[in-house]
Amino acid sequence: MNPTSFSLPLAAVVLAPLVPAVINRTKAWFAGRQGQPLLQGYYDLAKLMGKGAVYSRTTSWVFRAGPLVSLACVLTALAVLPLGGARPPLSFAGDPVLLLYLLGVARFFTISAAMDTGSAFEGMGASREAQFSALTEFTMLVSLAALVKLGHLPLPAGVEAGSPYSLQGIYASLTATMWMRYGTVLLLAATALMVAVLCENSRIPVDDPTTHLELTMIHEVMVLDHSGPDLAMIFYGAAMKLWILCALLAGLLIPMRSGNAWLDAGAVIGGIFLLAVAIGVIESCLARLRLLRVPQFLTGAGVLAIVALLLAFWV
Amino acid sequence: MHLILVAVVVLLCSGLFALLWGGKPSRANFLGVGGALLGCLIGIVPAAMILWTGQTEAIHWAWPVPYGSFFLYLDALSAFFLLPILGLSAVAALYGSRYLFSYRDRKNLGAAWFFFNLLVASMALVVLARNGVLFLLCWEAMSLASFFLVTFENEREGVRQAGWTYLVATHLGTAFLFILFILLSRGTGSMDFDGLTRASLPGTTAASLAFALAVIGFGTKAGFVPFHVWLPEAHPAAPSHVSAVMSGVMIKTGIYGLLRTLTFLGPPEPWWGWLLIGLGLVSGVMGVLFALAQHDLKRLLAYHSVENIGIIGLGLGLGVLGMALDQPVMAVLGLGGGLLHVLNHAMFKGLLFLGAGAVLHASHTREIDRLGGLIKRMPWTAAMFLAGSVAICGLPPLNGFVSEFLIYVAAFKGLWSSSTTLAAVAAIGGLGVIGGLAVACFTKAFGVVFQGEPRSAQAAQAREVDWGLRIPMILLASACLAIAFLAPQMIQLLRPVLEVMTGPSGEGLQNAISVVMYPLRSVVLLSALFLLVLALLAWGRRRLLAGRPVVEGVTWDCGYARPGARMQYSASSFAQPLTRMFNVILRIRRQGQEPHGFFPQRASLRTHGDDVFRDGFYAPIFQGIEWFMLRAHNLQQGRVQIYLLYVAVTVLVLLLWNLR
Repeated sequence: MNPTSFSLPLAAVVLAPLVPAVINRTKAWFAGRQGQPLLQGYYDLAKLMGKGAVYSRTTSWVFRAGPLVSLACVLTALAVLPLGGARPPLSFAGDPVLLLYLLGVARFFTISAAMDTGSAFEGMGASREAQFSALTEFTMLVSLAALVKLGHLPLPAGVEAGSPYSLQGIYASLTATMWMRYGTVLLLAATALMVAVLCENSRIPVDDPTTHLELTMIHEVMVLDHSGPDLAMIFYGAAMKLWILCALLAGLLIPMRSGNAWLDAGAVIGGIFLLAVAIGVIESCLARLRLLRVPQFLTGAGVLAIVALLLAFWV
Repeated sequence: MHLILVAVVVLLCSGLFALLWGGKPSRANFLGVGGALLGCLIGIVPAAMILWTGQTEAIHWAWPVPYGSFFLYLDALSAFFLLPILGLSAVAALYGSRYLFSYRDRKNLGAAWFFFNLLVASMALVVLARNGVLFLLCWEAMSLASFFLVTFENEREGVRQAGWTYLVATHLGTAFLFILFILLSRGTGSMDFDGLTRASLPGTTAASLAFALAVIGFGTKAGFVPFHVWLPEAHPAAPSHVSAVMSGVMIKTGIYGLLRTLTFLGPPEPWWGWLLIGLGLVSGVMGVLFALAQHDLKRLLAYHSVENIGIIGLGLGLGVLGMALDQPVMAVLGLGGGLLHVLNHAMFKGLLFLGAGAVLHASHTREIDRLGGLIKRMPWTAAMFLAGSVAICGLPPLNGFVSEFLIYVAAFKGLWSSSTTLAAVAAIGGLGVIGGLAVACFTKAFGVVFQGEPRSAQAAQAREVDWGLRIPMILLASACLAIAFLAPQMIQLLRPVLEVMTGPSGEGLQNAISVVMYPLRSVVLLSALFLLVLALLAWGRRRLLAGRPVVEGVTWDCGYARPGARMQYSASSFAQPLTRMFNVILRIRRQGQEPHGFFPQRASLRTHGDDVFRDGFYAPIFQGIEWFMLRAHNLQQGRVQIYLLYVAVTVLVLLLWNLR
């Protein structure tokens, strides 16, 4: 237990709303616009927190619990999230499963809140979310399993090893030497994780967060009926989820394990914002896939993850 | 030990008395339920004590039956299975006392309680019996008692069909068990279990054969794919408290039998573990896929039992593989996860079936697409069903997560040794897919049954069930929460049970358990943290909204202000993307009339998700048997002369045979 490990969740809590803003700015730059201020996310949250609420008469307490549960899940998940070599407050064997399953709880209640409205549109979004997330959960588990399978090399001085099956254990061992030796496996796992990041955070090419037609939305349509503080919690929770998944990917892509936790964490936070820029570039250059194509895209990522695991088995 | 006998006698006698007083429904009900509750509570005491102290107790009486002896033995493995058997049965009996009472004018409640108490007693004896003949006798009593419970509403065609399927399947399974016990007792000539050891089996082939027989025989009861076909027929047909007992604990006697057989067979072969992992993976994925395609709430739950048996199979498979390859940590955690899932599944599946029973009781339909909006009408049932749904999806902070977590850690451990990597990958990937699809299936079931607007008059008129049905659900939901928060204690409780399986290898076992102690404590800590954060957020929002306008309006439907109940997403439409994706396996049939023209008059669509194993595998075999039997029918002409000719020919053939 040291101050750095507790400052990791704190950094997430403070900085998370910046990530979507960076994506927006990147897209604006590509489109030749000036774009929102970087702090727009915080302004929106403040504005929504100051409002009242409107609830549909059809809904029940599950609808009101949905945003609370989702936000509580991602906040709890921060407790086991390492930033590169920096140690999270809590680390134990099997914590990758807990992290992914907490995201599962958030999804369960987001979907249930959508079904609570009785709207066909929200039901449609819920159905798609259930389908796509079933595929990405598999991808993320298998990619993380591939990373567990690696990780036998001696660690640089000062990096805490952690349990071999914990996130801390996985990420502490992902050094530059690992990249040189097992580059293919890591690249495959990173690609699979990238697809998972795009899908889980409803980004192009899976979902378009800025679309205007309810029929084509996935995540946005599920939260149509939320308002006021509930909507603020949903926005904040979504930003936090983006932060968590980007941190998992950036921790893999940036193999800086200096032994100084502040430096390592700082590098990964920089990586998270670079990933945000990359997502902005992807969103500017690609169109959304047809809905029927999305499962193929996600299955492809799952296959990449399996290949990564099999390669990790052979090398 | 004698307390257990007292419990069994109480169960049997109260059942008998209930049968005798069958003419007076309220008295029969009182006797049956009272006896079941008393018997179960008496029986739980010794089971809990054995688990606590780790001792064993035995009764061995002579029994004038060939190869038979009245040999009961209570060790930790038996005690661990007794706990859910008696616990869930007690809760189900409590529920049944209100549930069955609405049938008092039409049905003989005395008979229903007789068979229920007989079922509970025989399940208890199955896990206690240590003699092959006694075991098979109790096994048969269990099958027959449950058959009569399944056919409770035998005036309905579908129920009779389901009962028939069940009877055939269970006896086919038992046939394999007969061969198994004969094979095992060949060496010593005694059917007492303490004499059945690997020593009586020459070489590994015979042991492997015995294991294969056990997998088929016990797997039929447990519901592994492809032996599961009776399960989605029989469980929905039974009254709901019986479905809860059958799905929650009766199928677990199959798991018990498999584990008990493993203790006879000595050190396992690796391929046994691979077989269990394969069966578990197929059962888990197929079970949840078939569940997704169902429209009937209880049938959906029955398929989820197949899924959960698959998860148990994955855990046990990792355990057996770990034992075979001498990897104690993987062995202990895999077996421990599988065993804990046995207990957990009993709790949440019991809860879900009782919830489905409450829905059926209130709305008189099991058709998911005719329900909706019940959360407003039945808030208690809805909340309990939601708890069960979260638990069965294996999500924290409820108990389903704990057992899956143990299996995950076992698999992570297995990743590191190249001989078990593939098994670990199958378990991790399989659990991931199963978990994702289970979330889809239960958000569908909960969302369509309880949320939105009612889709039929039946659903709109539903009223909350009374306390007699609510309290059992609340008890089971509390058990789900309690097990999750007592996870480190649960694994300590499992210690003597695991000792029975892996042998008294004190060091390795304690070592393996200590590997997960810190993780389990951390999981409990984070679950508590999650609930705390949730409470803080709820309190914060309450503070924020105090004094601000909180308005109620209509659901936003693209500006359309009059959304109707029929415009909602239905269960079939919710599951359609996934069922289409897996249509290679599911083979869903679509019937109906598509809308034509600019002003279509009528259109309809029906989808049927039938069981491909039933239609594609068993149906042809049984049709072949029927065909053959019909041909053989020609021998039966009904004329005495021809029968005399048969006799004469037979005698002649025998004489010639003797002359040779």
